[in-house]
Amino acid sequence: MELLMIVVVGVLLTVATYLVMSRNLFRIILGTVIYSHGVHLLIMTMSKLKRGAPPVITDGVTAYTDPIPQALILTSIVIGFGVTSYLLVLAYSMHKKLGTDDMDELRGVKDE
Amino acid sequence: MQLLVLAPLLFTLFVPLLYRRVKAIHVGWFVLLVPVLLFVSFLRLLPQVANGERVLQDLSWIPSLGVNFTTYLDGLSILFALIITGIGSLVVLYSIYYLNRSEQLGHFYIYLLLFMTAMLGVVLSDNMIVLYTFWELTSLSSFLLIGFWYQRDKSRFGAQKSLLLTVFGGLAMLAGIVLLYTITGTFSIREILGQKDMVAESALFLPSMLLILLGAFSKSAQFPFHIWLPDAMEAPTPVSAYLHSATMVKAGIYLIARFLPLYAVHDWWFPIVSGIGLLTLIWGSFLAVKQTDLKGILAYSTVSQLGLIIILLGFSTPLAVTAAVFHLFNHAAFKGSLFMMAGIVDHETGTRDIRRLGGLFSFMPITATVGFIATFAMAGIPPFNGFLSKEMFFAASVEYAGTLNWGFLLPALAVLGSIFTFVYSMMLFFKVFRGELQLEQLEQKPHDPPKGMLISPLILVVIILTIGLFPNLISAPILAPAVEAITLIPQEPVEIEHFHGFNWPLAMTLIVIAVGTLIYLSYRKWLHIYNHLPEFLTWNGWYDRSLRGLDRITTSLTRIQMTGSLRNYLAIIFIFIFVLSGGLLLTTDSFAFSTSDLAPVGWYEVLLALGVIAAAITVPFLTSRIAMVLTTGAIGYIVVLFFVDFRAPDLALTQLVVETISMVLFLLAFVHLPRVPKEKGSKSLKLRNLLISSSVGLLVMLIAISAHSTRLFTPISEYFIKHSYDLAGGHNIVNVILVDFRGFDTMLEILVLSIAGLGIYSMIKLRNRKEDDV
Repeated sequence: MELLMIVVVGVLLTVATYLVMSRNLFRIILGTVIYSHGVHLLIMTMSKLKRGAPPVITDGVTAYTDPIPQALILTSIVIGFGVTSYLLVLAYSMHKKLGTDDMDELRGVKDE
Repeated sequence: MQLLVLAPLLFTLFVPLLYRRVKAIHVGWFVLLVPVLLFVSFLRLLPQVANGERVLQDLSWIPSLGVNFTTYLDGLSILFALIITGIGSLVVLYSIYYLNRSEQLGHFYIYLLLFMTAMLGVVLSDNMIVLYTFWELTSLSSFLLIGFWYQRDKSRFGAQKSLLLTVFGGLAMLAGIVLLYTITGTFSIREILGQKDMVAESALFLPSMLLILLGAFSKSAQFPFHIWLPDAMEAPTPVSAYLHSATMVKAGIYLIARFLPLYAVHDWWFPIVSGIGLLTLIWGSFLAVKQTDLKGILAYSTVSQLGLIIILLGFSTPLAVTAAVFHLFNHAAFKGSLFMMAGIVDHETGTRDIRRLGGLFSFMPITATVGFIATFAMAGIPPFNGFLSKEMFFAASVEYAGTLNWGFLLPALAVLGSIFTFVYSMMLFFKVFRGELQLEQLEQKPHDPPKGMLISPLILVVIILTIGLFPNLISAPILAPAVEAITLIPQEPVEIEHFHGFNWPLAMTLIVIAVGTLIYLSYRKWLHIYNHLPEFLTWNGWYDRSLRGLDRITTSLTRIQMTGSLRNYLAIIFIFIFVLSGGLLLTTDSFAFSTSDLAPVGWYEVLLALGVIAAAITVPFLTSRIAMVLTTGAIGYIVVLFFVDFRAPDLALTQLVVETISMVLFLLAFVHLPRVPKEKGSKSLKLRNLLISSSVGLLVMLIAISAHSTRLFTPISEYFIKHSYDLAGGHNIVNVILVDFRGFDTMLEILVLSIAGLGIYSMIKLRNRKEDDV
C-alpha cells in the first residue's frame, strides 16, 4: 500500500511541478493546490498506513493509527486553504489591474 | 603614550569649531601645535630609548579577544614617530602658506590629523589587530586626502585606485595576522617575535609571510602595486610631500622591518624581498626619466627609493639594515623638500610640466638652492646625505653578493638602478632651474615665494646638509637603537665615514656619476625609446582592463541568471534541488528499499490510486477553465476518500469542507479571469519542463521509499494515545493534539487564516479605492 501511495505522490508532484512552471497564473495556482494534496498524502504515507483503528479512544481497541501526522495535515490543510484563497484573489486583482496573467509579460522593470 | 597617538584624532574635534569661529587666523596655525608638541614629546623620550629602555603601555580594549591597545616604543618606532611628527609639523606649516583660504581647510586638516593618528598608531602599536585598524585608517585618510579636490575626475580616479590597491593589500595582511595568531595564540608582536622558533616550524609560516609581505608591498608601492602612487599625485602637494614620500608609503617598510627577525630566517625571504625591491628600484627609476610632470618624476622616484630600502631589508645583515634605516631617514628629508620645491614651482609659475619650465634659477634663487641640494642628495653625490646612504647601500650589496652564486649581478643591478636615479635627479634640477626661461609659457612671472612657504623646505635642507656633513650625529641616538630594534641584536653605533678608502662602493659611485652624466647629456638621442615601450609593461593598462573586465563579467553574469522570469528561477531552483539531493542520495549510498513492512492493498485502493493519477495527468492538457477546476476538485475528493480509507475521520471531514469551499472560490474567481490559453511555448521548453518535473517527482519517490524503508526510532504517538484521556480528558486523539498537546500550532494557524482573510479584504478594498482616486 505504501509503495502505491508513493507512486501516487510522485505523479501528483510531477504534475504540480509542471504546472507551476507554466506561463498562466491560473495553472500555477492549480499547481500549488495539487502540491498540497501530494504533500499531505506523503505525510500520511510516511507514518505507515492502516495500522489500527481511527484515533478515537474506544474501549477494547489497542491499536490506533498514528494521530500525529493527522494533526499535522489538518493544520496544513487549513493553512493551504488560506494561501490558496489569497492567491486566487491576488490573481483576480492582478488581472483587473494589469490586464494580463501571463507570467512572461509580468516581468516588472525591463532593466534592473 | 596612547594619548600621544590619539592626540591628533582628539584635536580634529576642535578643528571645525576653530575653522568656523576664528576667521581671522588661518586654522593651520592651531593645527600646527599638535605635531610640534608631539615631536617635542617624542624627542624627550629619545634619550631613554637610546639607552635601551623600552616604553610599554597597556590599555584594555577587547581583552576577551586578546585585542588591547598596547603601545610599544623602541628604536624603530621612535624613528618613525619622529619622522611622522617632524615632517608633519613642517608640512602643516608649509600648507598654511600653500593652501588658499578659499579651500575647505577644515576638511583638509581633519583628514591630515586623522592620518597622523593612524600613522602613529601603526608604528607604535604592539597589538597586530590594533596595528591593522590604524593601517586601514591610513588607507582611508589617504583616500580622503587624494580626493581632496573631489570636483576633479582625476582626483577621484586616483583616490579610488589607491584605496582599492592598498585595501587589497591590507586585507591580505589581515589574513597573515590571523595565521600568525593561529600559530602563536597571541596578537602581540613582541610575544610573536619571542616565539619565532615555534613560528618557523609551523606549516603556516610561509603563507603568513607571503600575505604580510603582500600587504607591505602594496602599501609601499612596490612592483607591481606601484601604479597607485603616481595617480595619487592629484592630491594637494603638502599631502604628497607628507603621505606619499615620508610616511604612509613607509608603513610597508615598517612592517617588513618589524617582522624581519621572524621571517628573515626563511630561504625565500631574500629572493622575494630583495627581488621585488630590485625590480621596483630599476623599473621605478627607469620610468621616472620618462615623466614630464614634476610630481610624476617624484612619484616614480619615491617608488624606486622605497625599492632600494626594501632591497636592503631583504639582505637583513646588520650593515644592510643600518643602511636601510639611514636611507629611510635621508629619503624622508630630501623627498619632503623636493615635493615642497615642486609645490612652490607650481604655485609660482602655474605649471608643473618640465617641458614648459626652465631657467628659473635667477628668478627663484632660494627655491633653486633647495632644489639643488635635494636633487643632488637624491642622486647620491657627496657631500650630501644621500651619498652616504647610497654608499652604504653599495657596500651592503657588495658584502651580500659575496655569499651568493652569481653574486656580482647584485651590485651591477644596484648600479643600473642608481644610474637612472642620477639621470632623473639631474633632469629634475637642470630642466627646471637651468636652461632657457620660456616666459610666454608661464602664467605669471616667477619669483621666490613668500618666506613662510620656504621655511619648511629650508629646514629640511639644513637637515640634509647637517647629516651630510656630520652623519654620526644621528648614528648613536637614532640609527643604532633602530637597527637593534629591527634585528633584535645589540648594536654598536656605526661610524659613518665619507671616505673609506678606494674600494668597490666608491668605484660604483664613480661609475654611476660618469655613466649617468653621459646618459643625461645625450638623453635627446635615446629618449624616443620610451615611445617603443609596449603599453602592457606599464601595468596601468592591466589595472584598467581588469576593473572594466570585472564590471563586464559581473554585469553579464547577472544578466544571464537574473532574467526577470519567474519560470526560469523556478527551473533553476528545481534543478538545484534535484542535483543536490539526488547527488547526495547517490554518493552517500543512502538509498534503501525494503518490502518487509507494508500494508495490504485492496482493489478499491488501486482504483482510487488509478483515478487520482488519471485526474492529475489530465490537468495539464486541459484548456477549459471549468474542466481544470473540476478535475483538480476530483483530485481533492479522491484524497478525501483516501483519508477515509486511512482511518482519518477528521481529515476527511476537513478536506471535504475545504475542497468544496475551494471549488466554490475557484468557480467564483474564474469568471473574472481571462480564458486560459493553451500553454504556449516551444516543444523544447515543454520537454525541458517535463524533464524537470518528472525528475522532481522521481526524486521525491526515491527519497520517500528510502525513508519508508528505514525507520530508525519508534514514533512518539504512543504517549499521545496513552494519555489522551487521562491527561487531557478527550477521546478524539487528533483533536486533543490540536487543542491541548500542541495548541500553539493551532493558535498560529488561526492567525494565518485571519491574516489571509484580512489580506484578501484589504486587497479588494484598497484596489477599489485607488481606482476611485484615479
